[in-house]
Amino acid sequence: MELRKPPPVRRLTGNEGYAPLREAHPWPAPDTAAPEPPGVPESNGNGHHPGPAFVGVSRPARAVPIAIDRMQVEDLSVAYGAKQAVQSVSLPIRQGEVLALIGPSGCGKTTLLRSLNRLTELTRGASSSGRITLDGVDIASMEPTALRRRVTMVFQQPNPFPMSVFDNVAYVLREQAKRRPKREAVRGAVQEALARAGLLDEVADNLDHPALRLSGGQQQRLCIARALAASPEVLLLDEPCSALDPQSTKLIEDLIGRLREDVAVVIVTHNLQQAYRIADYVAFMYLGEMVEYASAQKMFGSPGEQRTREYVSGAFG
Amino acid sequence: MSSAPASLIAAPSPPPPAPVRRSESSASWRLTDRIGLGFAWLLGLLFCAIAVAIVGYFLVEGLRYLRPSLLVTNPAAGVSESQTGGFLDPLLGTVIISAMAMAIALPAGIAIAVWLSEFGRPAALARVAESGIEMLAGTPSVVLALFGTLLFEAPALGFLSQTSHGIVLGQSFFAASAMLSLVALPMVVATVREGLQAIPSHVREASYAVGKTKIATTRRVLLPAARPSVITGAMLGVGRVIGDTAIVLLLLGGTLTFSSATSTPLLGTLRGTGDTLTGYIYYNAPTGDGNQPSKAYAAAFVLMLIVLTLNVGVDFAVRRSRAGGWS
Repeated sequence: MELRKPPPVRRLTGNEGYAPLREAHPWPAPDTAAPEPPGVPESNGNGHHPGPAFVGVSRPARAVPIAIDRMQVEDLSVAYGAKQAVQSVSLPIRQGEVLALIGPSGCGKTTLLRSLNRLTELTRGASSSGRITLDGVDIASMEPTALRRRVTMVFQQPNPFPMSVFDNVAYVLREQAKRRPKREAVRGAVQEALARAGLLDEVADNLDHPALRLSGGQQQRLCIARALAASPEVLLLDEPCSALDPQSTKLIEDLIGRLREDVAVVIVTHNLQQAYRIADYVAFMYLGEMVEYASAQKMFGSPGEQRTREYVSGAFG
Repeated sequence: MSSAPASLIAAPSPPPPAPVRRSESSASWRLTDRIGLGFAWLLGLLFCAIAVAIVGYFLVEGLRYLRPSLLVTNPAAGVSESQTGGFLDPLLGTVIISAMAMAIALPAGIAIAVWLSEFGRPAALARVAESGIEMLAGTPSVVLALFGTLLFEAPALGFLSQTSHGIVLGQSFFAASAMLSLVALPMVVATVREGLQAIPSHVREASYAVGKTKIATTRRVLLPAARPSVITGAMLGVGRVIGDTAIVLLLLGGTLTFSSATSTPLLGTLRGTGDTLTGYIYYNAPTGDGNQPSKAYAAAFVLMLIVLTLNVGVDFAVRRSRAGGWS
């Protein structure tokens, strides 16, 4: 089925369909990107850019590190009561790669994400089947608190705890049922986590200030620092930039690119441009099913499925 | 030539914006609606006037009769104004009884609120607890006082009050503050619970998502976040406690001065009877046994000063809580 009319927002270079995208955008995008068509404004790199999506934005060329298998989702189904939210999804999660879960609202991508650290269990009436392993061990057999220290999560809304910047990170470092470590004992680890989240320089002098006084973007990076403080193997991000301004979004996207080397990153995003910019692998979900799982190159260049093609081109969503 | 740049500058400036009408006029409304609006206005003004009249009256009367000596002398027997002394003991009684009642109501109220908001399993028990609290909130304090007399006259609880000829009197600071804590408890529970429920669920999940247990989340994240509500609840509770009269008269004795049960300094006083400002006002009101209205006005002024200070404190706590928060 050919689309009758290319939608205005994510229009491609010409009217020839989808093939030109791949030609105009060899992967990974080199500096010698195809010339932009006339009239296309310079992209400002944010997700809310009204112009053509995949043309003006050049994906930062990055050396892809060696991928290590971390988690394996096998035939996962999740239901809330009678409502099936995720249906037999299988996919790998690898360190060294950013996996983006894309799809329209209510397609189950957040549920899939929350299954990875068993946060779905907190929802009343949720039931699941299938198997998820972390480094070969079934997560169902793990203590939830232990699992969630290894698979940490950052949420859509920045949600620092009502304490100082320092304590937000130190809170995570404090192991369960142990005496609270001395401030000096955790200082190094706190600063390291803040540095990994690219926040240390901005807050170094204000570590004792209330975290809720930071700006929205800083709050979200503090939440990432908090999630990193537990030294997780997998970092889950649930639309981490949807409440942020373009500059903060860019900072966090750059950060995600750096983080994937020591932690497997899974990001849920509504924003196709964002997935295009940061993902190495993309899973497209629709109505609870995983329609397609492919490299970002394939997903945005020549998706195998018709529904993926329509979604990526903006025909629905 | 000189006019050309001026016109160039003037050209892009936008036309002056039309004045914005902030609200619609009621002129187009139906007559009944307009009468209703006028009625609402009238009632609003009326109640403002009533509040101002009460506060203003006691401000004027209180300031007229309040002498510093009243705050440092004790009530005494006598007929004339100069003989009957001040209200030091009732004032101290108010402070002691508030502190003791809140020492019970605040921890208990926070605990109940946390359980109702964060745990609340089994659901049937939570519902029962909820309606129990509601029932307590609706019980007149004189009924609580009556129940308190039954309770504290029990021989087993004799150590909390005075025993005379083998009969437990059941009147003491312990007895009164125990029952007054039940007056404050529903306020604390309701306010703290509301504060906890106002915390978005993603904040709880953020704590679980870094491997924290429910109890660690409650202690280290939720209760600190609900601290403004705890302060508000405590202040509202204190307001209820210091305003109560029935429990003071029935369970504290309404004896104007402290009357220790034993010679033990603190414990003797707390096991003995006493009075609060409300009891003092009740006694000295023009219709009361003491009939020293000037003293009653002065005491009422002090009592209102305390209540107003608490209200300002609540406002302050609430305003601070709005300073930082989550969306």
